[in-house]
Amino acid sequence: MKNKMSFLQQEGEACPSRCPDNSAFRQQRLPAWKPQFTITAVLSTFFLTGMFCLSVGVCLILSANSIREIQIDYSDKCSDCSKLRENSSNWNKECLCSVNFTLKEDILGDVFMYYGLQNFYQNHRRYAISRSDAQLLGQNVNNSYCAPFTTYQNGTPMAPCGAIANSMFNDTFDLFYNLNSSVTQVPLLKTGNSWWTDKNVKFRNPKSYNLSSAFAGTSRPPYWQKPVYLLDEEDERNNGYINDDFIIWMRVSAFATFRNLYRRVRRIRQFADGLPAGNYTFHISYNFPVTKFKARKHVILSTVVWSGGSNPFLGIAYVISGTAATLAGFVITAIHLKLRKRKTYFQK
Amino acid sequence: NLFEQFQRIANAYFLFLLILQLIPQISSLAWFTTVVPLVLVLAVSGVKDAIDDFVRSMLLTCTLEFDEKWMNVQVGDIIRLENNNFVTADLLLLSSSEPHSLTYIETAELDGETNLKVKQALTVTAELGEDLQKLTEFNGEVKCEAPNNKLDKFTGTLTLRGEKYALDNEKMLLRGCIIRNTEWCFGLVIYAGPDTKLMQNSGKTTFKRTSIDRLMNVLVLLIFAFLALMCLILAIGNGIWEYDKGYYFQVYLPWAEGVNSASYSGFLMFWSYVIILNTVVPISLYVSVEIIRLGNSFYIDWDRKMYYPPKDTPAQARTTTLNEELGQIKYIFSDKTGTLTQNIMCFNKCSIHGKSYEMNGKYLERRQKKVDFSYNQLADPKFAFYDHSLVEAVKLGDIQTHRFFRLLSLCHTVMPEEKKEGNLVYQAQSPDEGALVTAARNFGFVFRARTPETITVVEMGETKVYKLLAILDFNNVRKRMSVIVRSPEGDLTLYCKGADTILYELLHSSCDSLKEETTEHLNEFAGEGLRTLVVAYKNLDEEYFQDWIRRHHEASTALEGREDKLSELYEEIEKDLMLLGATAIEDKLQDGVPQTIETLARASIKIWVLTGDKQETAMNISYSCNLLNDDMDDVFVIEGSTSDDVLKELRDARKKMKPESFLDSDEINIQFEKSSKKPKVLPDEQANGVYGLVITGHSLAYGLEENLELELVRTACMCKVVICCRVTPLQKAQVVELVKKYKKAVTLAIGDGANDVSMIKTAHIGVGISGQEGMQAVLSSDFSFAQFRYLQRLLLVHGRWSYIRMCKFLKYFFYKNFAFTLVHFWYGFFSGFSAQTVYDEWFITLYNLVYTSLPVLGMSLFDQDVDDRWSLLFPQLYVPGQQNLYFNKTVFVKCMFQGIYSSLILFFIPYGAMYNTVRSDGKAIADYQSFALMVQTCLLIVVSVQICLDTSYWTVVNQFFIWGSLSVYFAITFTMYSDGDCYSFDSAFCFSGTARNTLSQPNVWLAIFLSITLCVLPVVGFRFLKTQLRPTPSDKVRKYLIKPEILLTTT
Repeated sequence: MKNKMSFLQQEGEACPSRCPDNSAFRQQRLPAWKPQFTITAVLSTFFLTGMFCLSVGVCLILSANSIREIQIDYSDKCSDCSKLRENSSNWNKECLCSVNFTLKEDILGDVFMYYGLQNFYQNHRRYAISRSDAQLLGQNVNNSYCAPFTTYQNGTPMAPCGAIANSMFNDTFDLFYNLNSSVTQVPLLKTGNSWWTDKNVKFRNPKSYNLSSAFAGTSRPPYWQKPVYLLDEEDERNNGYINDDFIIWMRVSAFATFRNLYRRVRRIRQFADGLPAGNYTFHISYNFPVTKFKARKHVILSTVVWSGGSNPFLGIAYVISGTAATLAGFVITAIHLKLRKRKTYFQK
Repeated sequence: NLFEQFQRIANAYFLFLLILQLIPQISSLAWFTTVVPLVLVLAVSGVKDAIDDFVRSMLLTCTLEFDEKWMNVQVGDIIRLENNNFVTADLLLLSSSEPHSLTYIETAELDGETNLKVKQALTVTAELGEDLQKLTEFNGEVKCEAPNNKLDKFTGTLTLRGEKYALDNEKMLLRGCIIRNTEWCFGLVIYAGPDTKLMQNSGKTTFKRTSIDRLMNVLVLLIFAFLALMCLILAIGNGIWEYDKGYYFQVYLPWAEGVNSASYSGFLMFWSYVIILNTVVPISLYVSVEIIRLGNSFYIDWDRKMYYPPKDTPAQARTTTLNEELGQIKYIFSDKTGTLTQNIMCFNKCSIHGKSYEMNGKYLERRQKKVDFSYNQLADPKFAFYDHSLVEAVKLGDIQTHRFFRLLSLCHTVMPEEKKEGNLVYQAQSPDEGALVTAARNFGFVFRARTPETITVVEMGETKVYKLLAILDFNNVRKRMSVIVRSPEGDLTLYCKGADTILYELLHSSCDSLKEETTEHLNEFAGEGLRTLVVAYKNLDEEYFQDWIRRHHEASTALEGREDKLSELYEEIEKDLMLLGATAIEDKLQDGVPQTIETLARASIKIWVLTGDKQETAMNISYSCNLLNDDMDDVFVIEGSTSDDVLKELRDARKKMKPESFLDSDEINIQFEKSSKKPKVLPDEQANGVYGLVITGHSLAYGLEENLELELVRTACMCKVVICCRVTPLQKAQVVELVKKYKKAVTLAIGDGANDVSMIKTAHIGVGISGQEGMQAVLSSDFSFAQFRYLQRLLLVHGRWSYIRMCKFLKYFFYKNFAFTLVHFWYGFFSGFSAQTVYDEWFITLYNLVYTSLPVLGMSLFDQDVDDRWSLLFPQLYVPGQQNLYFNKTVFVKCMFQGIYSSLILFFIPYGAMYNTVRSDGKAIADYQSFALMVQTCLLIVVSVQICLDTSYWTVVNQFFIWGSLSVYFAITFTMYSDGDCYSFDSAFCFSGTARNTLSQPNVWLAIFLSITLCVLPVVGFRFLKTQLRPTPSDKVRKYLIKPEILLTTT
């Protein structure tokens, strides 16, 4: 060994032309940090993660439990309407249906009204891509993205085009509060329900002196009852492509079961603190046929917390993971203690 | 090469995907997801080819430069060359400025030998001289063999004015030579351009593949099968879904044009999913593998610890595709001379007419005065010899002694160079010859000058000119060379020197007693590890010789079978020789050889020495370099001279090493019984001790026969060391081939001479030592360096690192792509099997190219589990590579399961977290775009953390790559998914605003954190427990890094 070292040194000194550079990179001697799995590091990782997950999980479960939520499946309750809608020739016949429910205690805070769909495959690829973002930005381009709902046979383009727009959810809900036989309509906010970026960046009406002329030369999608510029006749800033209901529908869901924000309870008068306990009635204008493909429709009233809606999954998952990590930590400790005496290095 | 072939397959595959994407019913991804990777892959491989070409052109610069000028040279042209010109075509030398139309050339470009060689034109053409008139009128016909790559052979005839003249290599100037010491010469172009021998020699090496390469190809095919299976499942799923749900959902989403049944839709979906899931086999795999190998090859070129200053020779990775195989070597086949030894020869001992003169400088140097050579003006001052009796014998004029040295000064192919009067320098092609001629010179027989027809020798101060009548060349079969000379006195003598076994057969019966004495001496010499030669002479009869030389001329002009005819003639005249004596030349061991061999042995690498030397010499050298030692239980010597003897000896050896291998219950024997055919691969057998095996070339020839080869392999592979002596170059290759055939092991052959070329080319990896014997071995090798001891660094450090890096790379690469791709598979079950992607298209495009490529490259270029000193200190670290432990099918399956697990977590945690929930302000978050963003963020962080876990050597570059990739991802995400309008991207996926709307939510981050924890924590736990329960050698060594005191206490 000794003489080997000596000639290695000799070689290090004199270095004529073809001698490689003595740089740390070329000699693979770059300074480096060499982390290792030490017992301390591993155990602290496990125990700290375990503790963290447990506490987060408990917080999540607690806050999710504070959410008040009313979910009503009205697909069966309005069976007459759904039968009517099964025949598409009745598309312009109105069908109303009402659903009663009772709140046993007050729902305090902001209350959101959602409509929920089950078994509606908004995430189907051909469905999800059947839209024209350019058109929704107010640009008048002929777009092939919208197939199969691009134009009518006579060449009139649809506005908005595409399968998503065509299938827009068009049931309407009104909520009435029955107090001592007097019926009060719960005031609802229909704007401010969509993402700011959607409302202000992604969707824009075509420019013209008025909205109906802006959509001149186009036609409503086949399933729509009224053209796009009549979606909200009362509010100019909620009409056409920038209608909140439309924008929300156009943000396709990731899964076949989803809920979209429909209205928010306006907190004035007796609803200033939320929804007081009592009897309520939903008046539903039933327009959206779903029975054919066995989808179900819900209407939901819910509050939210910092962690979002009433989904207990994260909390439970955190608690389970935390427990598992902690237990694994103990197992590792046990194994390590058992093996501590064993020599796991080379005898030189 | 293979890379190009795969490139072609890859391109076809990409083209196929592109075509699929162009079919509207099938297309599930935008065109750029395929085009961008394709362009990048092509660009990278283009750059790699450019680097390769650059390196190659560096090697060939000189020749290339002249290509332009010499473009128009055609076969049959006559060319004038001047001093120091490059020869750029293979020329037949016609005439030159020097006497006897000699031309001196340097062949460094061809074979690396720097000594001048002499070429001589035919006398008939030499007459042409410089006369242009005559040269233009020169009208002859040359018949020659077809272009080939043999640098040292040429056969042809020149027909001039009805007479035939033989042409051989002595009259050829090959492309790549440089004219030296010659004012001018004329040559006739025989081969030009690609037909030249130099060009025929380049690029003909057979392509070698590593075992990882083969495994990778198998795995890629497996993955394709897996891909097809997944697509099939999803296609069936789609058929069912469309039948069950999609058919009714047609209210809102009519079936695509032309689709009229659920099963047809399923069929189309199969191809759509092929497009989406194709990323399980990313084509960037092959490019990355090539880049890693290239990088690791550069490290070999750059290593200063493999640079040899005395010769200014750095190590060189001549093949850049075999690196990781260096980490798996199980068998080393080594040449002896010039590889284990320095190949610097010293004339050490001799036996002249039964008297041995032996003075070993080693022991007597200090006590005794050197022999005084002052009586000889021309002696080489560096020469040292300590036996005064020999000088006395020379001075007394002993006839035999004089004849002995005369022979040494005449019988050789050395070229003298006398630039100054009295300052003689010999240019010898083989160091042995140089040593012998130098010895003769010092004892007063100075070889002074040589012309093709004469040899001038100054014998004890008296200049004598011998007529050189014939040279009977040396070759590996003959193992001897002879010259026939006529002395100034008119005597005709044949002088011969050669290997003892050969020469002894040719001796005259009258020298039997002398033979015995000499044999004793020879055994003594060989026992000390010296290289021996026997010298003999024969006086020739004038008449007989005239007849012989006539036949010799005929034979040497024959076009067909010239070789055979000549060797027949040679044998005829080289018989009944009179024994003169023997010489012994010492070849010193190279520095560090015993240590290197010990280290390699500790890395459980088996070393086989294949040498042309005698058995005694070979064994002696083996003892002195620690290959064989007295601690061994036994050293078997196989020297049987019949097939049966060899078989018996081999069996006896095996019986001793492992008696139970003869029982019927033995695994291999059962295997024999079962299959009528020979088993393809023999498992390793463990002997009950440490054994060595020595086998002679003669017995080896039997051993390599079909009926014995299995027996030979079984016995030999049980021994720690095998020494084959007296082997021919062909046998060397056969031995390597034999082990390759029966053992599932990686072999390496190392050698320095032309006789090792076949073995170097046969072995999985060939290493050339750029030594004294020219460049042929280096030119056909995969790696080259100057000293044997660098082999341990090449294998234990570079090889080991390359192997580990490649394995880590492959493990991670397959993992990350499985984790990435399978998420689509799970999503299929929730999106109506509609080939909906989870990620957006730009993420799919950039994932393999931008987000995850550099960190893994960084790891596979810089990672070191333990540093080089530790790898040399603990050769045991090398063993897992030999056993293929770090990457094999099992490991691959584990990676695959880890990938599947990760993809499950990556899909279902975000799915559960997002299901039916809303943002903290009540707005949407369970939308497709938010989900996509969330999953891809999770994925990217998970694979980044995973690479962090895999990296054990964190350099700045690694940090930069990992953090850089993550920041690039977030930068791109925030620009592309921010408030800007997305119309300019012309994409169906407009993600504006997703980033800030999603990533501002606490529950999104909590879901991301949970996914990462669940993906990573089990890995941490398993890895830790693995180091505790089943530590790998490197884990054991790394323990020292934590607790260096363990090392101190145990040493």
